[in-house]
Amino acid sequence: MSAAPDLVIGVLLPDVLGTYSDAGNAVVLAQRARWRGIEANVLHLSADTTPPAGCDIYLLGGGEDAAQLFAIEWLAGHKALLRSLSDTATTFAVCAGLQILGHTLTDEQGRNHDGLGLLDLTTAPRRRRAVGEVITRCELPGVGLLTGFENHRGATTLGAGVRPLGQVLSGVGNGATSSGGRGEGAVTDRVVATYLHGPVLARNPALADHLLCRVTGHRFPDADLPDLPDLPDLPDLRRAYLSKTPRRHARFLAHRTPRS
Amino acid sequence: MRAGLAAGRISRRWGLGAGGIIGGRVTLVLAPSALSRLARGRRVVLVSGTNGKTTTSHMLAAAMRTAGPVAHNASGANMSDGAVGALAADPDAPVAVLEVDELHLAAVAAAVDPAVVVLLNLSRDQLDRGSEVRAVAAALAAALAAHPDAVVVANADDPMVVWAAARSARTVWVSTGHRWSGDATSCPRCGQILQRHTDPDGEQWTCRCGLARPVPRWVATDTAAVTGDGVVPVRLRLPGRFNLGNAVTAMAAASVLGIDPQRAAAAMSALPDVAGRYALVVHGDHELRLLLAKNPAGWAETLGLLDDDRPLLVVVNAREADGRDTSWLWDVPFEDLAHRSVVAAGERAADLGVRLTYAGVEHATVADPLAGLALLPPGPVDVVTNYTAFHQLRRRLTATASPRKSAQ
Ligand SMILES: [Zn+2]
Repeated sequence: MSAAPDLVIGVLLPDVLGTYSDAGNAVVLAQRARWRGIEANVLHLSADTTPPAGCDIYLLGGGEDAAQLFAIEWLAGHKALLRSLSDTATTFAVCAGLQILGHTLTDEQGRNHDGLGLLDLTTAPRRRRAVGEVITRCELPGVGLLTGFENHRGATTLGAGVRPLGQVLSGVGNGATSSGGRGEGAVTDRVVATYLHGPVLARNPALADHLLCRVTGHRFPDADLPDLPDLPDLPDLRRAYLSKTPRRHARFLAHRTPRS
Repeated sequence: MRAGLAAGRISRRWGLGAGGIIGGRVTLVLAPSALSRLARGRRVVLVSGTNGKTTTSHMLAAAMRTAGPVAHNASGANMSDGAVGALAADPDAPVAVLEVDELHLAAVAAAVDPAVVVLLNLSRDQLDRGSEVRAVAAALAAALAAHPDAVVVANADDPMVVWAAARSARTVWVSTGHRWSGDATSCPRCGQILQRHTDPDGEQWTCRCGLARPVPRWVATDTAAVTGDGVVPVRLRLPGRFNLGNAVTAMAAASVLGIDPQRAAAAMSALPDVAGRYALVVHGDHELRLLLAKNPAGWAETLGLLDDDRPLLVVVNAREADGRDTSWLWDVPFEDLAHRSVVAAGERAADLGVRLTYAGVEHATVADPLAGLALLPPGPVDVVTNYTAFHQLRRRLTATASPRKSAQ
């Protein structure tokens, strides 16, 4: 057997966008790769580093409002990284991470700020903060129901260039009603973005495996990504969170038992 | 006040809580202005911040009791109704030491007109409730601005606290040796990344906008409080470096109210435990050391206290008082616990169990903490719980066991 390939996971600005523990998503991706025999390295690319442009997957987490604008400026200042995000790497973005990848963000004083323009979406403030458990039906094939915790004041309107990650069964999600249905998150060929914390990949290993398939499909076409056995405690965790699904959605629960 | 006190007794009998909150709540319903009326004519100290409120207020109350009676919400009921309960229980005490939840400081301060406000630290905790650490700091700053005559005793090492207290005219800065910087790597005032360096005066931090660590008047070392006037040795029975920081902060606050630091240190050193925290409790074949850690900053301190050879029981709930979101578990470096016998328990045992699996920590998962305890070998056990889990477990243990001695 040849030497295992290295999967390189870059956590962008953990010191700025680390408020909601989303760096846990990197732990989940790395471990699920390792358990399948793929070496995985996690790089914490804080604000005082020059971020490498060659990571396989970049993670962006949630952060407070002041931190978002700093993050946009910082990312925009690293052109090679930005090219990599737009052309070659996979990006997984949560909450503030989702918002800064869009075209514009409107702050609570009504001022518009340019985002990075990697996602066809815009974000404006909601009247009330959206805080609480969310359940969505993921539109990515084979992923099933997603559970997560949202905590944001943004209402995000998707343009034609992105698809929602899922449809909201309970909770708020993107919170903008314009795009038909109650969408949550945004997906392109390069980017998967969501409002869900938890961390979301810990609660939804099928989404983690979807990301691993995306990345390994490009970089490690020969890598074997067998299903992992259920983690202990995970069926209990998912049952607890998904049991809050309203009755009318129960058929989705029956339709697919959570994969792990 | 009699109805309120009776309700407190009923609450205790029903096991609904330590009694403080329910008793106060009834009193508030009976007399909405009860808090300001009860506080009138007393010197009130408010103790707030994310971690260490209960411990610091116990230390400060012990120091103040060397000079006379003190009203104190010792049970940790730290909203307006808890303050009412404490003041009603000690109507004649001339001094009150009140632990106050960060989000309730403004309301309590408006009612009691505090002589001193102690600000310990601010870090992420219950973000579902407080939404942003920076927003909490801004609210505290506004609360302090409404009380310009209050002396603010504040942590110079925590940029969030410094930003919140910066505009107060009468501030006593304390260097607590605060090490958690996870929520304050960027400047609370302008969002730029803070510059940090160590010099002979300690860990400095500055921002290009001008916000910087103030020069502390009190410095906590590993063994003492250092002030311009000299060095006062501090020897605590409570474990941990952060409790020295809490003690020196309490000494600074006591000093504002005229208590000699030596006398304050002596009174605080006698505390064996704090509302059950750090207490040793015998239950069956196990001797439990009870520790409370409810957020990443608290865990960062607690991990250093755990005994390497002891099995560990971790109990996690996610009720309103804990924060509903369990994401914070992923900012605790549970990887450090590998090679230890660990049981995950509590209402969110499964969340904790998943975290431990990804951290490479072998463990058993049992929702009921006492059933989980039974899985561990006889002898000493470290027990770390978050907020409501601590109170639930303590109630069950006191129903079946006896405290033996204090933790060292
Ligand atoms: Zn600044």
